[in-house]
Amino acid sequence: MAERTVSWGPRASNKLIGTETTRLDGVDKASGSAKYTADMNQEGTLYARLLTCKHASAKITRINVEPAKKIAGVHTVYLFKNEGDDCNWDGDIVAAVAAETADIAEDGVRAIEVTFEEHPHVVDEQDLDAARKAEATKEGIVDRTVGDPDKAIAEADVVHEGYYGIHTISHMCLEPHGAHCTWNNGDDGPKLTARHSTQAVSTTGAQFATKFGLDATDVRVICNFIGGGFGSKFAADEWGWAAAQMSKDTGRPVRLMLDRATELKTPGTRPSGFAKVTLAAKKNGLITAWKSHHWGTNGPQGGTIDGNQMPYVFDFENKRVEVTGIKTNCGPNRAWRAPNHPQLCAITDTAMTDLAAKLKMDPIDLYKANLGQLDKVAQENGDLYRAQLDRAAELMEWNKKFHAHGESGGGSVKRGLGVALHRWGGQSVKCEADVRLFEDGAAQVSIGSQDLGTGTRTVIAMVLAETCGLPIEKVTAKLGSSEYVYGNPSGGSITVGSVSGGTRRAALAAVWKLLDKVAAKYELDGKSLTVGNEAVWSGDKKVCSWKDACRLIGSVPISEVGASPLDDGLTSKLVGGVQMADVSVDTDTGIVRINKMVAVQDCGLVINEMTAKSQVYGGLIMGIAYALSEERIMDNKSGRYINADMENYRLPRIGDIGELVVEMYQPDSEYNRGVVGLGEPPVISTGAAIANAVANATGVRVPVLPMTPKRVLDALKGGQA
Amino acid sequence: MREHEQQRNGPGGFNRRDFLKGSGAVVAATAIATAEQEAQAQKAAAVQGPGKVDVTLTVNGKQHKLSIEPRTTLLDALRDQLNLTGCKDDYDTTSCSGSDTVIIDGKAVYASTRLAIEVQGQKIQTVESLRDGDKIDEVIAGFVKHDAMQCGFCTPGFVMATRAFLNQKPKATLEEIQSGLGGNICRCGTYKGITACALEIAKKGGA
Repeated sequence: MAERTVSWGPRASNKLIGTETTRLDGVDKASGSAKYTADMNQEGTLYARLLTCKHASAKITRINVEPAKKIAGVHTVYLFKNEGDDCNWDGDIVAAVAAETADIAEDGVRAIEVTFEEHPHVVDEQDLDAARKAEATKEGIVDRTVGDPDKAIAEADVVHEGYYGIHTISHMCLEPHGAHCTWNNGDDGPKLTARHSTQAVSTTGAQFATKFGLDATDVRVICNFIGGGFGSKFAADEWGWAAAQMSKDTGRPVRLMLDRATELKTPGTRPSGFAKVTLAAKKNGLITAWKSHHWGTNGPQGGTIDGNQMPYVFDFENKRVEVTGIKTNCGPNRAWRAPNHPQLCAITDTAMTDLAAKLKMDPIDLYKANLGQLDKVAQENGDLYRAQLDRAAELMEWNKKFHAHGESGGGSVKRGLGVALHRWGGQSVKCEADVRLFEDGAAQVSIGSQDLGTGTRTVIAMVLAETCGLPIEKVTAKLGSSEYVYGNPSGGSITVGSVSGGTRRAALAAVWKLLDKVAAKYELDGKSLTVGNEAVWSGDKKVCSWKDACRLIGSVPISEVGASPLDDGLTSKLVGGVQMADVSVDTDTGIVRINKMVAVQDCGLVINEMTAKSQVYGGLIMGIAYALSEERIMDNKSGRYINADMENYRLPRIGDIGELVVEMYQPDSEYNRGVVGLGEPPVISTGAAIANAVANATGVRVPVLPMTPKRVLDALKGGQA
Repeated sequence: MREHEQQRNGPGGFNRRDFLKGSGAVVAATAIATAEQEAQAQKAAAVQGPGKVDVTLTVNGKQHKLSIEPRTTLLDALRDQLNLTGCKDDYDTTSCSGSDTVIIDGKAVYASTRLAIEVQGQKIQTVESLRDGDKIDEVIAGFVKHDAMQCGFCTPGFVMATRAFLNQKPKATLEEIQSGLGGNICRCGTYKGITACALEIAKKGGA
């Protein structure tokens, strides 16, 4: 720190940054001490339950809540909808009842008299012809031609046509969406305290305030722990408002969490996409044309996955992309970890692997042959993919294990390999960090941010401790309250850069102020001083301990607020990533087992290697889920979401994941470019990699994810799933 | 529109006792195991409720006297009456992620699948018993060491499932761990760390 520039320290000098550091709140979480919104019990808390519509499309012709209100223990009923209102999907919320106990609230829900007039519905998101007959499509959402794809296809050495798809999934947060709201009619403190399960501590307060005509400063939002969000928990939401209104009406705190079925049906899904794809290439694998028409649903709005990013990661000189949306009576979509990307990848990278099979090429070689045709965003990744493909292949022992398409030998269990790759942005956004140093030696950082389980709390503590030269146990990191300085909503892998950039900047400024005080006392040049090992140093000579230095602070703490993002090299943007799958397919039962997954992932400077790797393991496991088992199943006849529970919404169990190998790709060039977020990328290419491995094993494309045993058997029999 | 009633107790619905009566041969195999529980449940049902009744629960070695409705689940009693919220509610009423796993008389049990009234006299252990200030159970330490958590909502349930499993199989193999802990679900994807934790403890011969 001879010169005072805002930067990360030399990599080799780091004591904490880049290490595997266990999370600060680990014991609290594992021991049940961590309090989530769903755990909030205050003196007098009332518990709420919901009445939802059980029809896919219906009008409420009559609703009478009086019988519910007459039940002893029921305190209030909140109507989400009234007589004459439409319900647009199974699970659309009609009313909430707050009572002394959850059981009494359920009595109240059952006592509400409600009649519906049912209307015709569309819930099939895969059958385009049927949707068109029902006039439920939005045609031409994208209808774009670049170059002359038909000519390129006519002139190509090899043409591949295929059908691919990926079904809708739900966010399935283990802690449902919900809030515990306390309305305060006294003079002290904010009018409304919303203990809200949210990915956006600093921004949801305004949504409560607007609804109730309060100033934003009258609302305090608290979320110390959140039981999963995955992109679906950014808003105050009407159930949050309902909890607040019911608290206002009753003078009691109200806890309203969605029940499991509603959690699956209503507060978020990831849109589906089904596509017909044509690819044309030269003998050497160079792709000369792409044509795709995809359709799918995001619920009543009638959108599907983003056609402007099709094909994914690559862009070809000749291209035609068409997109048709289907308006369905299914629950609406919300951002799901890496919005659009997993679906785009599951359509693009599968088609590319099938093209490679037709060319009798190794798919890795097909990727390499086309690295000159990356899309505008991925181009900035440069030669990253080549290095990551090679490293992933080493970890997978690809060259030893790979066999040609379908040539896995005799026996009913077939083994195969698949590969896919991805990109993501992850650039920092506006965020502040409030760093304080106290005369007793305490150091604290606080941000109105949230820790989704990504390890944000630990990351900012590591940055502060590293910058102050302290062990991590001696610093305090606070998140989860809107009363701290502004923190960005956590979505899009933007948080780690935003919070660590701000924390580093503020911590450096605070430490420099401290060093100036030390310099004044010891008659040294402040700029020549450094911190480390709980002391202040002049070269390798110890000047004083950290505690002695802090005694110079006096009663007014040093406080610095660091802003993000600034273009000073602390943070960067854009990551790549390559994943490979090794699977076994039982061709008698249709069951796919994961033998091994490899993920090679860059994210610039890695602050905590342990939690970074956990993100990637988690991405792989969520990818295994949507590749093999997880989907929303709609019943065409009733229009209902028929597997909206923990048992039938199939998620992998602990024995279903195989061997997971994760390597953070971090040569010095990555360290030097600064911090980039990581939440989204590792979940993107998993599905395509597994689908490609199944195709490689069996020689048959299972076109639609998830590859359930039935879809695998159908594909093996020559039908389309 | 009375679908809720239908699902619960109308002509289309059924309850556990109807199911046991109606499923004939299947029940015979488990009749010995269930007869005593049934008898207890019927006895309790015959004399209790529908209003609040006195229930005594033995939780983490302490007796708690509660006044609750007989239909109150152990989960709601622990969480909303005793504020033992380490036992997490996933708000499913038909099945369960295991986030509410407790140990009853040595066995891992989903707290949402038991009524409080029926576990009186049994030894109920919640995750809170595995921590006393800075003193923590080895399973908790292992979860932290191997970062076997992300959002953390499933974690205490997984800790309890792991604790109960390792009590029963202190030298478990990887395969046994993978099937023995298959009753719990994590959405964030923390299975690798959980497996590593359980395996490490098992390799030492349990703890």
